[in-house]
Amino acid sequence: MINKIFATAQTALADVPDGATVMISGFGGAGMPSELIDGLIAQGATDLTVVNNNAGNGDSGLAALIAAGRVRKILCSFPRQVDSWHFDRLYRAGKLELELVPQGTLAERIRAAGAGVGGFFTPTAFGTRLAEGKETRNIDGRDYVLEYPIHADYALIKADRADRWGNLVYRKTARNFAPVMAAAARCTVVQVRETVELGALDPESIVTPGIFVQRVVRLTPMRKAA
Amino acid sequence: MNKFDRKQMAARVAQDIPEGAYVNLGIGLPTLVADYLPKGREIILHSENGVLGIGPRPAKGEEDADLINAGKEPVTLLTGGAFFHHADSFGMIRGRHLDFCVLGAFQVSAAGDLANWHTGAPEAIPAVGGAMDLAVGAKQVLVMMEHLTREGQSKLVERCSYPLTAARCVNRVYTDLAVIDVTPEGFCVIEMVEGLDLETLQRLSGVPLKYQPAARAA
Repeated sequence: MINKIFATAQTALADVPDGATVMISGFGGAGMPSELIDGLIAQGATDLTVVNNNAGNGDSGLAALIAAGRVRKILCSFPRQVDSWHFDRLYRAGKLELELVPQGTLAERIRAAGAGVGGFFTPTAFGTRLAEGKETRNIDGRDYVLEYPIHADYALIKADRADRWGNLVYRKTARNFAPVMAAAARCTVVQVRETVELGALDPESIVTPGIFVQRVVRLTPMRKAA
Repeated sequence: MNKFDRKQMAARVAQDIPEGAYVNLGIGLPTLVADYLPKGREIILHSENGVLGIGPRPAKGEEDADLINAGKEPVTLLTGGAFFHHADSFGMIRGRHLDFCVLGAFQVSAAGDLANWHTGAPEAIPAVGGAMDLAVGAKQVLVMMEHLTREGQSKLVERCSYPLTAARCVNRVYTDLAVIDVTPEGFCVIEMVEGLDLETLQRLSGVPLKYQPAARAA
């Protein structure tokens, strides 16, 4: 019997090694698997490369992982925010490497990895400093930049509900990067609010089929002010 | 000198968004445009983080941390709205499905080049978000910005001195002084704030302006 449901974040994250590339879902706080990240901090893996849209907000979630000194490099589109102080401090101190990627290119590079695509040409960033040194091509009169997929060892994502096969549904804009990250990682670990019986999720409404998911943990989010 | 305030600028942009349009409003000043869309028009607002059909701000106490816009502010969903993942959301943008995006800017050049993500200052932490995708992807790129910097420099320029977001992408610029189209011949003023004359606007603008009040290209 397939059962991808793990009892605790500790067991679901036990094998994350130092130096791993870890995708973390979320756009700001929406969809960020904060309790899984707490589990990763407790687990102790370090020297991580993290892929997320941002570089942490406030003191919890990804910001806590950064503050704990576990992140060597971050790939994101929008690190600088009013409450990204942990990133700002370590970046300015030269202790955190940044690869800045336009948001749509970030999403598509992750999607490409999950879809087995070896690269793609995008018009985004052509002629800008974010395309410097990159291969370009003119296709049917339009200029494009060659971008490569981003693969990950682990994806830590958040969904609303899951069954034991790992089928997922999300909640509102908390979906954001999770479906593409689930497909791009060798091992996808999902934090959910609720686990349900097989068959309880409408097959027409499943957003991420379980083939992209290896581990599910039910974790109750700590309610915070928005 | 008369100036449009932020609300008047937003209301002016809103006038140009037609019935049935799919629109992305950038973070900051452009977000204000939502409040001034004419009530009779059905207009669908898109946000990069995976939502079409954004409604008004929620009432106090009704905010949902899972329902936000690209500025990470709480929003509501209109009946008929939809959620989707980030790659699909940017497919809508890059794939030319959005009719309009409205963006802020540091500089716009006479060729329609846009600089809005980086001032070029070496100590600044760079952040780009979805700006480059929106600038190359939307069918019409509208820019909202003050006409002058705080130091009195024109933000309409011959060539952008700040790093580019995208080349040749801007269609129309709304400032606190004027509405200006980007044409193959350069900037063309189509409206000015009441009491302002072209000579004064030209003196403030540091780049040649044509004047054609009838032009309504966007």
